[in-house]
Amino acid sequence: MSVTKTLKTVIDFRRDIAPIGSGLTGRSGAASAWANVSAIGGVVIKELCRRKDFYVLFVLTALITLAMASASFFNETKTVRAVKELCLLLVWVSSLVIAVTTAARQIPAERENRTLFPLLAKPVTRAEVILGKFWGCWLATGLTLLVFYLFFVVIGATRDGQWPIAASFQALTLHWFMLGIVIAMTALGSLVFAAPSSNNTITFVLVLGILLLGRHLNKVALRLDEPLQTIVYAVYYVIPHLELYDVRDLLVHNWGSIPWLIWFAAIGYATVYAGFFLFGACLIFKRKPVI
Amino acid sequence: MTLEPILKVDNLQVEYRTREMGQGIKQAVKGLNLSVLSGEVFGFLGPNGAGKTSTMNVLLGFVAPTSGNAFLFGVNVREPIARQRIGYLPELTYYYKFLTAEEILRFYAKIFGLSRNVAEQRIDAILKLVELEQARKRPIRTYSKGMQQRVGLAQALINNPDLLILDEPTSGLDPIGRMKVREIIQRLKNEGKTVFFSSHELGEVETVCDRVGILVDGQLKAEGPVAELVRTHQCSTLEQVFLKIIDYADKSAAA
Repeated sequence: MSVTKTLKTVIDFRRDIAPIGSGLTGRSGAASAWANVSAIGGVVIKELCRRKDFYVLFVLTALITLAMASASFFNETKTVRAVKELCLLLVWVSSLVIAVTTAARQIPAERENRTLFPLLAKPVTRAEVILGKFWGCWLATGLTLLVFYLFFVVIGATRDGQWPIAASFQALTLHWFMLGIVIAMTALGSLVFAAPSSNNTITFVLVLGILLLGRHLNKVALRLDEPLQTIVYAVYYVIPHLELYDVRDLLVHNWGSIPWLIWFAAIGYATVYAGFFLFGACLIFKRKPVI
Repeated sequence: MTLEPILKVDNLQVEYRTREMGQGIKQAVKGLNLSVLSGEVFGFLGPNGAGKTSTMNVLLGFVAPTSGNAFLFGVNVREPIARQRIGYLPELTYYYKFLTAEEILRFYAKIFGLSRNVAEQRIDAILKLVELEQARKRPIRTYSKGMQQRVGLAQALINNPDLLILDEPTSGLDPIGRMKVREIIQRLKNEGKTVFFSSHELGEVETVCDRVGILVDGQLKAEGPVAELVRTHQCSTLEQVFLKIIDYADKSAAA
């Protein structure tokens, strides 16, 4: 039986399968998959909202951002820039902590608390579970970023009288998509490494390594002999270049926005990498016994 | 007219790789064949380690069979859609403890594709049925064990399933809780639902089941209506039949 025919049979079955008066809607395959992904994502967001550690980190970052941004140092421009830079660094660090720690515990917690069993006993595929977890974590970090950047823009504007809306939007979206790659990478790690703590550590080291050293790897490779040179070059081309998404200087120095085509290409690059990691996670989870 | 089985297990084999050194592979289920017809209450019995949970794990898609097949409503259990019309109650309560009862039911209703209005009506009715109306807005972590088990039953009923798979539904419940679960199973039976459940409470099984299957060491040793099994084995209760089949008397004599 061809794949199309099999798929059609499954979808038709789904429509026919609803017992009369059951209230089950005859959703198509894609609509049903999206409903499952968004429902699972919703639970992730609810859990985050009810966790005290998340609140503490969120409120602490917001307070420090507010306090630092509202501090006045004799209207010295350079000081204002330094304060802005520190605020953004803080936002970057806390958003990274929220993204990695949240994504790392999703699947291990489902397995440990055995909440995966009633979930997988429903018409849900394992890929939908992974995508739902990713969606929930990504959306939650997106909402957190939105609040942080709103604070930052409003307070920055009251300090230097400029409203860099386009640059802020680009910085926010690029930051969000960068976190998308990190969350997908962490989700994959949570299926490979046994303990969430080891996954947290490895992901943090990898992400910080890429952010700090990623752009220099090609220069390092030039100074090396073969076969090391090829290996380092290969690593340079394979790793997701997260540093590309660090456009904090646009906001700190009020340089204006980057060309939209480049912004769009960066979003596409992040989508491809996140997709690649999620695909890997789905493949591993499909084969992994849950018992 | 011949009735199509709602649940069908065809020459099922399940093997696990054991972690103990030198143990190799453990055969949990050995060529199991089983059919459950529409409207039946089927008791799936067996001593611990007989392969009941492994069979249920295959039916629910948690484990892929080593060989053989299992079907729900004629659809291979490897397809998630096969679980659209089933309700599953695990032995222990495995639910998101930070959600309230109505939130968890809303979540599962969404997974089943229930429209919002129908979902709300169903949630009200089910919470009333399992007597959790008063506690519906409290997080599940504040519930007693019996209440958590009732949340489990509620989530298993949210999609108005045609087949219920219950894994020791009365395990750990007090006598009143057990009676209520029994009443609910009876009520579902009267509504024409099919119930497939495992239990160690043989008196309970005798009361509610139309047919039972006794699994020993991964193989189905006996299957049929309770009265017929009791008569065939020249016993007076299902418990005696069960003990006879698992060869309890011989083993205890040998010990």
